[in-house]
Amino acid sequence: MSKTITIDGKTIPFEEGQTIMDAAMAAGVYIPHLCHQPEFTPHGSCKLCTVKVNGRNCSACTYPAMDGQDVLNETKELVDDRKKITQMLFVEGNHFCPSCEKTGNCQLQAVAYHLNMLDNHFPLFYPDREVDASHAEVMIDHNRCIFCALCVRASQQTDGKDVFTLSGRGIHKHLVVNAQSGLLKDTDIDATDRAAHICPTGAILIKRTGYQVPIGERIYDHKQIDQVALETEHLKHGE
Amino acid sequence: MANKIRVATTSLAGCFGCHMSFLDIDERMLQLAEVVEFDRSPLTDIEHCTNCDIGLIEGGVCNSENVHVLREFRNNCKILVAVGACAINGGLPAMRNHIPLEECLNEAYLDGIGVENAQIPSDIELPLLLDQVRPIHEVVKIDYYLPGCPPSADVFWKFLTDLIEGREPSLPYELVHYD
Repeated sequence: MSKTITIDGKTIPFEEGQTIMDAAMAAGVYIPHLCHQPEFTPHGSCKLCTVKVNGRNCSACTYPAMDGQDVLNETKELVDDRKKITQMLFVEGNHFCPSCEKTGNCQLQAVAYHLNMLDNHFPLFYPDREVDASHAEVMIDHNRCIFCALCVRASQQTDGKDVFTLSGRGIHKHLVVNAQSGLLKDTDIDATDRAAHICPTGAILIKRTGYQVPIGERIYDHKQIDQVALETEHLKHGE
Repeated sequence: MANKIRVATTSLAGCFGCHMSFLDIDERMLQLAEVVEFDRSPLTDIEHCTNCDIGLIEGGVCNSENVHVLREFRNNCKILVAVGACAINGGLPAMRNHIPLEECLNEAYLDGIGVENAQIPSDIELPLLLDQVRPIHEVVKIDYYLPGCPPSADVFWKFLTDLIEGREPSLPYELVHYD
């Protein structure tokens, strides 16, 4: 008999070493997330995947699955928490979807749609942030960075480079690049790097490609992020 | 018809795009007019609102007049609705928040290309600009939000028909867009 956990009462098998997120995704159960991608080491920073495990809040992407765990995922309390977290992510940056070329393909926006987030609730920060358009093919708009560190991990773990890192703490946290000048053009990033394509928001973009797919025909314009995430997971396993 | 539902609308720091989108409900406007009457609105030219059921606010607040109008709507509307991206997060006008107001005025009225008779307008009739453009939920309590730039005609229709027919308004996935 294989080991199992339950998520919202549904019995889900897992293999030793899997996180709750791994087990859930493999079983076709969506847990909202932004900083997690199965191919990289979990970061556990966005807190959107917060679930209740045996009565305690844990990040599903970092918490190991253990036999007999009782996991709550889609409760009103957790969904409300996730909506608040997403609202905080929106007000802490400058997320103006109508003027962002990532709109419709943006996971931050798609998670917000999924949670039926219609307002920001909190006062807006309007932080002053820079745009780095120095590189010929890749640009960074820091206004849209949510510090998920996916680019950091993709650069290190897939590209074998070390282009990005997070610097500072708390409200002063920011993305920096590995160059004396602080400019992307002086790093060894290429437009074909995984790190240049991994950003869940519109913070790292490939130049001159933004409007190749018209608004209205983009990934999340008609499909919810839970459906897209589970389909992607299943494609990877050849199902 | 007596006891029609009274609706007021206004555009603060907006572009009237949300109002144009509202008009895109097209012939459904006739159906709406059977149960709704418009109070203060660009559609009626009525200057002040009185005892309304629903107030639709487009745009954020960028000057003192916007704040006064917004408060008038809050004081006179049972249900106040933030319509569109600018009302919800300041939108495009809020992109000036990163530039000091003096620099904005200098660029627009003194130093900009093609400016003639350079002077910063200071007529007493002109409302004072706020140092930043802010979303309306930071100024008054907002009851409902219709995201979109603009929200589609179907968003207006779904929201208003839900309210008018006594349902809690809700937008299905296909109608929720921030762009």
